[in-house]
Amino acid sequence: MYTTGMVEDIYRSLRLIRRTEEEVARLYPSDVIKSPIHLSIGQEFVSVGVIGAVGDDDVVSATYRGHAAYIAKGGDLRRFMAEMYGKANGCAGGKAGSMHLIDMERNVLGMSAVVATTIPVSVGYAMALKREGRGRIVVCFFGDGASEEGVFSESLNFASLHKIPVLFVCENNGYAIHARIEERWANEALSRRVETFGIPARHVADGNVFSIRKAAEELVGYIRAGNGPAFMECAAYRWREHVGPNEDYNDGYRERAALEAWQAKDQMEVVGAMLDQGRRRTIDAGIEEMIADAVQFADAGPWPEPEQLYAHVFAD
Amino acid sequence: MPMSSPIESGRILSYGDALCEAVAMEMERDESVFVIGLNVTDHKAILGSTRGLVQRFGPDRVIESPLSEDAVTGIATGAAMAGLRPIHVHIRMDFLMLCMNQLVNMSAKAHYMYNGQLKAPMVVRAIIGKSWGQGAQHSQALHGMFMHVPGLKVVAPSNAYDAKGCMIAAIRDNNPVIFVEHRMLYYTDAFVPEESYTVEFGKARIVRPGDDITVVGISNMLVESLRAQELLAEIGISAEVIDPISLAPLDMDAITKSVRKTGRLLVVDNAWTSTGASAEILAGVAERLGGERPIMVSRMGFAPTTCPTTSALEKGFYPTPVTIASRIHRMVRPDAAVWEPDAGHAEMAYQLKFRGPF
Repeated sequence: MYTTGMVEDIYRSLRLIRRTEEEVARLYPSDVIKSPIHLSIGQEFVSVGVIGAVGDDDVVSATYRGHAAYIAKGGDLRRFMAEMYGKANGCAGGKAGSMHLIDMERNVLGMSAVVATTIPVSVGYAMALKREGRGRIVVCFFGDGASEEGVFSESLNFASLHKIPVLFVCENNGYAIHARIEERWANEALSRRVETFGIPARHVADGNVFSIRKAAEELVGYIRAGNGPAFMECAAYRWREHVGPNEDYNDGYRERAALEAWQAKDQMEVVGAMLDQGRRRTIDAGIEEMIADAVQFADAGPWPEPEQLYAHVFAD
Repeated sequence: MPMSSPIESGRILSYGDALCEAVAMEMERDESVFVIGLNVTDHKAILGSTRGLVQRFGPDRVIESPLSEDAVTGIATGAAMAGLRPIHVHIRMDFLMLCMNQLVNMSAKAHYMYNGQLKAPMVVRAIIGKSWGQGAQHSQALHGMFMHVPGLKVVAPSNAYDAKGCMIAAIRDNNPVIFVEHRMLYYTDAFVPEESYTVEFGKARIVRPGDDITVVGISNMLVESLRAQELLAEIGISAEVIDPISLAPLDMDAITKSVRKTGRLLVVDNAWTSTGASAEILAGVAERLGGERPIMVSRMGFAPTTCPTTSALEKGFYPTPVTIASRIHRMVRPDAAVWEPDAGHAEMAYQLKFRGPF
């Protein structure tokens, strides 16, 4: 079904995100990065699977746990790392940090730290794309916690009513910070709730990047045909702590056994095993070079000039 | 001539009609402009201020909204980021509390947080209600909350001329603009040019020159302050009445210059005084004058209570031309006996016109 080239692309993206975030986590204790980091490690496959189904001209919106979406969409890696460092050559000149990444040249819309705020913004952006009439769509990533905010339901209703070209993607990792879904949801049938708005909804529970890619391709086709929004819920698992570089399996709110079950089907390893291993080593080496280059770029980058504090409060 | 008209001749237009004309002209000029809000397409047309727009520009550009203020504010923000120019309409300002998350966390910050890569040019229209029992939740004036946040502009035009010019300026502005309107001002008329024009933000207007005291009147309190000024003129007190027009940015230079001359400042806000526009103006003047001369300052605004519905209590909630004139008299002539103008004499036509229910 997928060509070797496509499998390589998926692997490269998974690997680049994983290794970049591992490098961020490795650097974090040195305090060169002073920004709250919410790592995607372990759940990169959702971003990679979905974004593989859209084009360069399509727009991606994500959250404070957005490194994976940024990188999967082709966001500039050097400027990503410089942004982590708070440098002037970062993707937002140091004003955004980890939680508000943006790269409009790659159609990565600005991310937000206030849960669910980007959902209606994505709908509004997509409404403008619909008017533009070039068939572009917005992919809107958010977590299971965001689906509890009232604005999620409001946005679904509006998007369906006006046939807005947006693909809603809920990355369900089962925790809102540390609160388990059983403590928060009266009913787990999120997809069925969404369907009542007249929006086709898929639940991809197997944690497989190809399942996600396939579902996303079908739903993107549906959206591009002018039918309005679609929704997918993707089961995933956050391997590290909610915020910060470490694991937190000794904190008492979850068991390492759950992690191990997900690690056993780690998509980076699964897809990597599908490649010619010599080819894989070449890809891996290239990724290490890219990351080292990005870190060097960040390290050597200048600090923002003091007057930048006052720049961009208002648009001219 | 209409009492609060900044120009002295021409065509007379009401506040609501002036707003509607401004929006229609900009929609004609710029296809990226659109209107969205609850009841913007119905027969009442937001007190007439959206009358005829959906017939003229169609439902894709004049969009009826579900009761989803939070989402629609975000949708407007996202559309603005993508290059459109939304005008989000609220029949009562109280409902802006449902928009606060998006306005404060996203719209206001997008340009800064993303280092200039995005901007959010949008207008949020909000009408303040008053009288005929509007009560606790249909009467609030919350412009002070928005003045607090960098990245938001706040304007509060007090007459039809400024309403049109500020609306055109707000639509063309590349930032989120909170456009504060007052229900009572819909009963006022002014001379309004037929052509397009803008009223610049951050530039106050001296509406009546005077020597004894500087009176800054915000939104409809400018109109009430002008009536007080007339009553005071009858007893020989000369008040300089200033309309700030825009609250963020705020023309502190013009206000300070006036206070430097008069030595007295009264700010009459159509809102609570605590940490509000009146507090900001007083603090700004005090800082700028820096003790160069003694000044006497005072503020008037809503009573520090929730707005009651019954008229028996509501009449004590708002400043009136009578209470404003009396306060000014006390400031200018502290040694004289307390003076109050005749209440019947002070009554204002626009208050008599409003019969409710809404």
